[in-house]
Amino acid sequence: MKFDKILLDHGSGGKISHSLTAEMMLPIFDNPILSDLNDGAIFDIEGLRLAFSTDTYTVDPIFFPGGNIGDLAIYGTVNDIAMCGAVPLFLSVGLLIEEGFSISDLNIIVKQMGRAAAKAGVKVVTGDTKVVPKGAADKIYINTSGVGVIPDGIDVGSSRAQIGDKIILSGTIADHGVTVITQREGMTFESTVTSDSSPLNHMVAKMFTASKKIRVLRDPTRGGLGTSLNEIAEKSAVGIKIYEDKIPIRDEVAGICELLGFDPLYLANEGKLIAFVASEDSTKVLEAIRSDDFGKAATIIGEVVVDSPGQVFLETRIGGTRIVDMLTGEQLPRIC
Amino acid sequence: MPIKHLEEYRDSDLSRQLVEKIKRIRSKKLRLMEVCGTHTVSIFRAGIRSILPDTIKLLSGPGCPVCVTDQREIDAFIELSKIDDVIITTFGDLMRVPGTLASLQKERADGRDIRIVYSAMDAVEIAAKNPNKKVVFPGVGFETTAPTIAAAMISAKKMQLENFFVYSALKLIPPALEALMSMEAVKIDGFILPGHVSVIIGLNGYQPFFDKYKIPCVISGFEPVDILQAIAMLAGQLKTGIPKLENAYVRAVTIAGNRRAQEIMMNVFQPVDVAWRGIGTIPQSGLGIRENYIAHNAEAKFDIKLPDPEDPKGCACGQILIGTRSPLECPLYKNVCTPMDPVGPCMVSSEGACAAYYRYHS
Repeated sequence: MKFDKILLDHGSGGKISHSLTAEMMLPIFDNPILSDLNDGAIFDIEGLRLAFSTDTYTVDPIFFPGGNIGDLAIYGTVNDIAMCGAVPLFLSVGLLIEEGFSISDLNIIVKQMGRAAAKAGVKVVTGDTKVVPKGAADKIYINTSGVGVIPDGIDVGSSRAQIGDKIILSGTIADHGVTVITQREGMTFESTVTSDSSPLNHMVAKMFTASKKIRVLRDPTRGGLGTSLNEIAEKSAVGIKIYEDKIPIRDEVAGICELLGFDPLYLANEGKLIAFVASEDSTKVLEAIRSDDFGKAATIIGEVVVDSPGQVFLETRIGGTRIVDMLTGEQLPRIC
Repeated sequence: MPIKHLEEYRDSDLSRQLVEKIKRIRSKKLRLMEVCGTHTVSIFRAGIRSILPDTIKLLSGPGCPVCVTDQREIDAFIELSKIDDVIITTFGDLMRVPGTLASLQKERADGRDIRIVYSAMDAVEIAAKNPNKKVVFPGVGFETTAPTIAAAMISAKKMQLENFFVYSALKLIPPALEALMSMEAVKIDGFILPGHVSVIIGLNGYQPFFDKYKIPCVISGFEPVDILQAIAMLAGQLKTGIPKLENAYVRAVTIAGNRRAQEIMMNVFQPVDVAWRGIGTIPQSGLGIRENYIAHNAEAKFDIKLPDPEDPKGCACGQILIGTRSPLECPLYKNVCTPMDPVGPCMVSSEGACAAYYRYHS
């Protein structure tokens, strides 16, 4: 059965999303900047190297422990620009609101966006609001786009990983994904897990002050750590080896994943980055990340290897080895 | 609820010691079946196959609820979703399973009201909130899920919710083990028995099966150390030549099991003959809804027309579920059949052997 309709899987950030981009979008918009498929587009205008990115946010529920759709929308685009090695500067905000949506809730969301922009040090310089009839959208969707400038001497991209590079992860995985799942209707977890929604641009600036030998930067959002690492392995045509016991995860997050049959490697993060760094500079960069408020639990989780280009391997706690594949579609809770 | 991780059951030293023990007691080639899909996934995720000696072959069994659900039952769920005032409330696993013509996921994209729930009680709540709709819960699973579905039906009856229905495709594990043993082609030296099912039915639940076949059986938990412990115990039994029914999951499984859950289950359901995908009809292996709950029986309530079931051509799910073929031996595996475009249910369910091989096997 091939697809003749859009399924939720097409928006999961996994293989099915990728095939939609590759098979439908790329051939139509065909250009070298797009086909790099980085978190944002990277190009030059009159000698200035720029990063430009856009993202649309839909989250259920719109308010969750640790944030709401507003800060998610600001930090998401800020982080995508930062992952291009750029200093994010200006953002646009597009709101699509369902008729009947509470003005006070909207006010809370917009205020949160204001605080987030201030925290990230970016300005919202243009915007748009549309309202659709009740039922034509679910509460509120937000699009943000943004531009940033890439300083001289910085050159990062998913295809730049080199054999021997160390892979640094800036903190615990799956916090956002698990938070949102446990807040959904029908879930009765009383958990203390909160979303990690946070800006990463200040952390990135500290990292580049420590070293210019940072080759790849990614924020493993939708699709999680597993999917991001696979994309890098594929684009850089290298093998990646990571160690299960090195990957930071909160006990509670691991427990909830276990219960629902979810793999935390594929759950979303909204305030974490992975960096591929030349081995000799990895300690410096690790220290720089740890000096940032959002990178205290940063650690080296693995390295780039010669074997099996395009694949990601995990050495398990008990010394076994297995591959880590890319997420296919949305993860669904299992039966028992 | 506070959830603390089971660190000690993932301990690398303990695992290493167990692997050493398994290597010491090995003799000839052993074919051990992990009956449960959750075990299959745990084994892959921990990389257990990669650290075991070559002499131990682990086979995935029929304990993946979605995988053994008969095509007719999947088609029934899909047909029910097409009835105008019906809301299908389902476990997430079932969404992608291809029926003869569509899947619940595709029906949802077509505008049917299909909602993912985490328990049957959520479905009862949806029924209470939507008195003008008929809420159908596809009952899929084993002894693990059956008691909670039974409890939901009891609640619905008490609440006089006339719009809550279950379509039972529930199945029992011990009769499936018997069916496996009676198949000529199936060669199994020992069973790793499912932990969750055993919590309900206890060690006693397997006693008649064990007495009849005298094959090594060990109940196992789901952490790497649990599984290695069970394998070591099975290897030990096979070495001594004295088969036993043992419990390596004592922190959760008792001899008698959860009697209250068993009672609730049997108040609402009764054993019936049912078809298992790939295996065929197994006597008294299903749970049919008893007469006194007929008002909540979707099969009795709705008159649906099912398409002629067509087993996907070339799909080896049937043999894979009984351990006579490995996913790698299926001609469709990874070529035609992928999690993105699955042909058979073993590739759809996150607990299916094919999906586990696809995700974790290099």
